[in-house]
Amino acid sequence: MNPVVIAIKILRALITVVLLVTFVFVILRLSGDPAVQMLGLEVSQEALDEFRHRWGLDRPIWEQFLSFFWNILHGDFGQSFIGGRDALAVVLERLPKTLQLMGLTTIFTFGLGIPAGIYASLHRNTFADRTIMGLTVASFSLPNFVVGIILIMVLGVTFRLLPTSGSETALHYIMPVITMATADAAIFARFSRSAMLEVLHAPFMRTARAKGLMWGAAVRRHALPNASIPIVTVGGIYVGRQIAAATITENVFAWPGIGKLLVNSVQLRDLAVVQCIVILVGVTMVITNLLVDLAYGWLDPRTRTGDSK
Amino acid sequence: MNEHRNTADRKTWRDYLTVMPPSILISAIWIVFIVAVAVLADVIAPYDYKHMDLLDRLRPPIWMENGVWSHLFGTDDLGRDVLSRIIFSIRISLFVALLGTFIGAVLGTTLGFAAAHFRGRVDDLIMILIDFQAALPFLILALAVLAFFENSFLLFVLVMGIYGWERYARIVRGLALSASSTGYAVAVRVLGASPARVYLRHILPNVASAIIVNMTLNFPETILVETSLSFLGLGIQPPLTSLGNMVGFGRDYLLTAWWIVVLPSIVIFITSLAFSLLGDWLRDVLDPTLRGN
Repeated sequence: MNPVVIAIKILRALITVVLLVTFVFVILRLSGDPAVQMLGLEVSQEALDEFRHRWGLDRPIWEQFLSFFWNILHGDFGQSFIGGRDALAVVLERLPKTLQLMGLTTIFTFGLGIPAGIYASLHRNTFADRTIMGLTVASFSLPNFVVGIILIMVLGVTFRLLPTSGSETALHYIMPVITMATADAAIFARFSRSAMLEVLHAPFMRTARAKGLMWGAAVRRHALPNASIPIVTVGGIYVGRQIAAATITENVFAWPGIGKLLVNSVQLRDLAVVQCIVILVGVTMVITNLLVDLAYGWLDPRTRTGDSK
Repeated sequence: MNEHRNTADRKTWRDYLTVMPPSILISAIWIVFIVAVAVLADVIAPYDYKHMDLLDRLRPPIWMENGVWSHLFGTDDLGRDVLSRIIFSIRISLFVALLGTFIGAVLGTTLGFAAAHFRGRVDDLIMILIDFQAALPFLILALAVLAFFENSFLLFVLVMGIYGWERYARIVRGLALSASSTGYAVAVRVLGASPARVYLRHILPNVASAIIVNMTLNFPETILVETSLSFLGLGIQPPLTSLGNMVGFGRDYLLTAWWIVVLPSIVIFITSLAFSLLGDWLRDVLDPTLRGN
């Protein structure tokens, strides 16, 4: 890809981050006096004044925006009013649990979804294909929380096989991971099936067969690499879905991760923590989308030159 | 040529019915049923959804031991009739999803047209907004807004309306850009039609099928987001009730009263399944170019 195109993509990513911070700033200002919002009503006048001065609330609005931005750039997202701790520290200590959940889920999602989709595409219109496709439609119509609750009811309450809340042992991971993987494995199965079907009938496959390549070898060497390109493009959407899925799943299973922290903070209106999570999620997504964009250009040589739009 | 195509290819509803596979037909029947339930909620619900009877709590459904005919689906922890609550929840969940989908479609379509019409700066700005939306999973955006503002029914519906706007904007922008350079759009513009007239009277009908397909796909997703937020206790607030609400409050009674959770879950599942199947099918029938997306 040409450097100018890369530079433009990076610039657009940076603009998105600025917009993200602006969004948080605007809703924070629209929702009332930020000092009262952030600290609550039960604090002293000195604390309010101190907060206003530190966040520059006694200065003009554009200066306030700049100092808001400046503080965030330096990792100062304000203080959680639970224990008055640094919001970023509160969020980061929950991060490993959420990442573990997402990592395991991703292994299951890809490990189940992609092979199922490839198998269905290679056996198109057979009983197996219809069964897999039927199951996928059913499983992405099931919202996360329903899957989680039904699992708790059957495996946790009725048969008492698995613990229903917390994250202490390996057994605690099973139900949350199934809950998070169900819908996305289905999406990947459908997506890899349609990606495969598209390339299986491409002219290069006929060429490969014509030059004497066995069907299996043609699939491995030509169809799979080409079908993997569109699968990469859904990477950004996948990360976004995982974040949303984790938010709900963690609340179903009382999982001590960022999703549970976010919902608790919203309920308690612990705004420093909420804004910290929102910005971290946004920045993660921007970086993911940028990487997907760049990877796409690298994988598909046709998009390497010129404007990719 | 256009006229010729219209007379030859225009399908009537009867044609659609005959090519409907059984699964789609069942989905359509379920959707008609569920909409009827939502509309007629006041008439068919045996009780008011807020009516409590603390002497008759956690009664099981009729097919279980101790079930009574007066509470077909049993009662919840406050002695409220589960069937009546499901009926009113269906009304609110469908209403929110319908309104949300409609707001999203109007907002997205308008911005898509604006981007296509003004090009340049406006187009760039709208594309940046689309990037921004792609950078924030909707659930997180909704949680942020609900954290900063006092949750009310109106605010919640407006937030749900934001869901999916960027998809309409992207699709409509693309289609409008290519449509505005075709013969018919140029012709009416030369005849002196205002931009609003060109877009609403001439281009809109040509992009309508893509918008309708997107709406049918958006609708079940909106139901899932609404029920998820309500499940977390951050969506529809009591005393109003939604299907997600029922699951959320019922989960404390999984051991003793599973029906409070399972029955609304089944309704969510079947409804979302029916809309997904119908949406997929409509997409294939109305707009073959979108297939596989």
